[in-house]
Amino acid sequence: MATTTTTAAKTAIAAGRTGGQERAALRRSIIYIGYTIGLVLVAGPFVWMVAGAFKTAPELHRIVPTFLPAEPTLDNFNTLFQKLNFPLYFLNSAVVAFFVVGANLLFCSMLAYALTKLHFPGRDKMFLLVMATLMVPSTVTLVPLFVLMSAIGLVNTYAGLILPFAAGPFGVFLMRQFIGSIPDDLIEAARIDGASELRIFRSVVMPLCGTPLATLGIFTFLASWNNFLWPLVVSTSERMYTLPVGVATFSIGQHSSDYGTLMAGSVLLVAPVLVVFLLLQRYFTQGIAMTGIKG
Amino acid sequence: MSQVPITAAPPPVVARPPGRGGDMRAALTGYAFSAPYLILFLVFLALPILASLILSFTDFSLGDLTAPLGAPFIGLQNYAKLFSDDKFRQAALNTAYFTVVGLLATLVLGLIAALGLNRALGRLRSVFRVGYYLPTVTSIVAIAVIWRFLLDPNFGLINGALKQIGVSGPNWLGNPTLAMPCIIAMAVWRNLGNVMVLFLAGLQGIPEDVYEAARIDGATPWRELLRITLPMLRPTVLFVAVITSIGYLQLFEEPFIMTQGGPLNKTLSVSMYMYQEGFSYFHLGYASSIGYVLFVVIAAVTALQFRLLRND
Repeated sequence: MATTTTTAAKTAIAAGRTGGQERAALRRSIIYIGYTIGLVLVAGPFVWMVAGAFKTAPELHRIVPTFLPAEPTLDNFNTLFQKLNFPLYFLNSAVVAFFVVGANLLFCSMLAYALTKLHFPGRDKMFLLVMATLMVPSTVTLVPLFVLMSAIGLVNTYAGLILPFAAGPFGVFLMRQFIGSIPDDLIEAARIDGASELRIFRSVVMPLCGTPLATLGIFTFLASWNNFLWPLVVSTSERMYTLPVGVATFSIGQHSSDYGTLMAGSVLLVAPVLVVFLLLQRYFTQGIAMTGIKG
Repeated sequence: MSQVPITAAPPPVVARPPGRGGDMRAALTGYAFSAPYLILFLVFLALPILASLILSFTDFSLGDLTAPLGAPFIGLQNYAKLFSDDKFRQAALNTAYFTVVGLLATLVLGLIAALGLNRALGRLRSVFRVGYYLPTVTSIVAIAVIWRFLLDPNFGLINGALKQIGVSGPNWLGNPTLAMPCIIAMAVWRNLGNVMVLFLAGLQGIPEDVYEAARIDGATPWRELLRITLPMLRPTVLFVAVITSIGYLQLFEEPFIMTQGGPLNKTLSVSMYMYQEGFSYFHLGYASSIGYVLFVVIAAVTALQFRLLRND
């Protein structure tokens, strides 16, 4: 905050005239108004979604739509929870996200520890190989992955939903940045004290990794929760649908203009993400800083 | 603390003995720690990438799922078919249209938003940053469903608002000319915040004294932008352009939910065509060749961007 103020002050001094100051103030208010309009445009569809979820069917099909619900109702949520299988889809999404996050935290940290603190032949090549896949588009593996999953009988199983996302190069990259910065002396001291590598990893390294693990956990949770194309392909049976697949399938079927149920389903899909994001948003900023995107 | 070790870690040693035994043990420990990641990596990423190429040379179909190795090998026939397939050509054109227009709009608007936030705003910066970032972390499925409702010709908010001022709005997603621009607008709306945050991080990495020196020399804000900000932001622009175009080239959810590729295939994307061929008709060999072409195009576009935007 302080630097912004001094910058503004310097700009004003450089302008040198009171007229310049007035103009700067005017420009500032125009920019504020512009950003506020932008924020309204960003928030608008979300408000429209929440409002829609609480509207009655006749209200949703009025020729001149209302913005806020005239007579709020929970009918749409009742439909989701009682007539449709949305509690099951929600549970499936939660189970998948739980295991995907846990596996990523563990496996990516283990590899990152090996890549930075252990010495073995082929280590640097291994790192390059892992990083080379950072930008492989998921569409290229879609068909062969499905063929593989049917061959080993994992279509319509939790394992089929979880395994392809149980470890990823982003996590290795992030954890490597952090574990690499832990002083070697600390680890060497534990080795001299007779601790095994597994013990060092568990009792020395991991307790220091709170922040990067939280960051990785949040990014992985969001990616898993929002993931769509693979769950769509590998859940051919309705009982294995995740929430996005459930909402999408409902939205393109015979209920495509049942907007009340669709908005309620969207609320269910968006709400956990909003909670996680708003409560933990400082980790996003740290994630961006840690992965070294800064120019 | 007292659990049984689950990996092949060595028992505690008082001090690692120097020489071959210690090296060997260290190497084994290294491989043991890498093993879980590497096994998942080999089975679910490396193998499928390779298999994708092989599958694209076969006539793999539903019946072959029970005996994958017996699929008939047909050489380059899938690729030959692909290049004379009008529907694929349409999908490729649509995807190119979406990517080029969407990428430019996202980059320009994201940069403008970041510049404003970086310079002019103090206290409210974090409010705007969080607010603009929200759509990026939200499920595309939910967003596509919400936007389809917003754009509904009869019950949507947009045509409702137009009606208030006496204009009868078009059938946005049902119109072959308007459908893709609507999808582009939605993609820009969703990705703007992400691009803005990345640019903002880049802008904050430019040292303040460079600007001060320029100001003492009497540089105008416009010249500052062209001569200092943009050149110094080049690595960030490269990164943002690469990740945004990789995402845009794989356009799928938006048309899948909003238009099902219509009207008149005007919003059919390459990924969606691959999905239809692979999982509606189970032409899995053909779908693999579509996926592989997309993979090669994405790699080429990424390489091209590196050439154009790399710091020389």
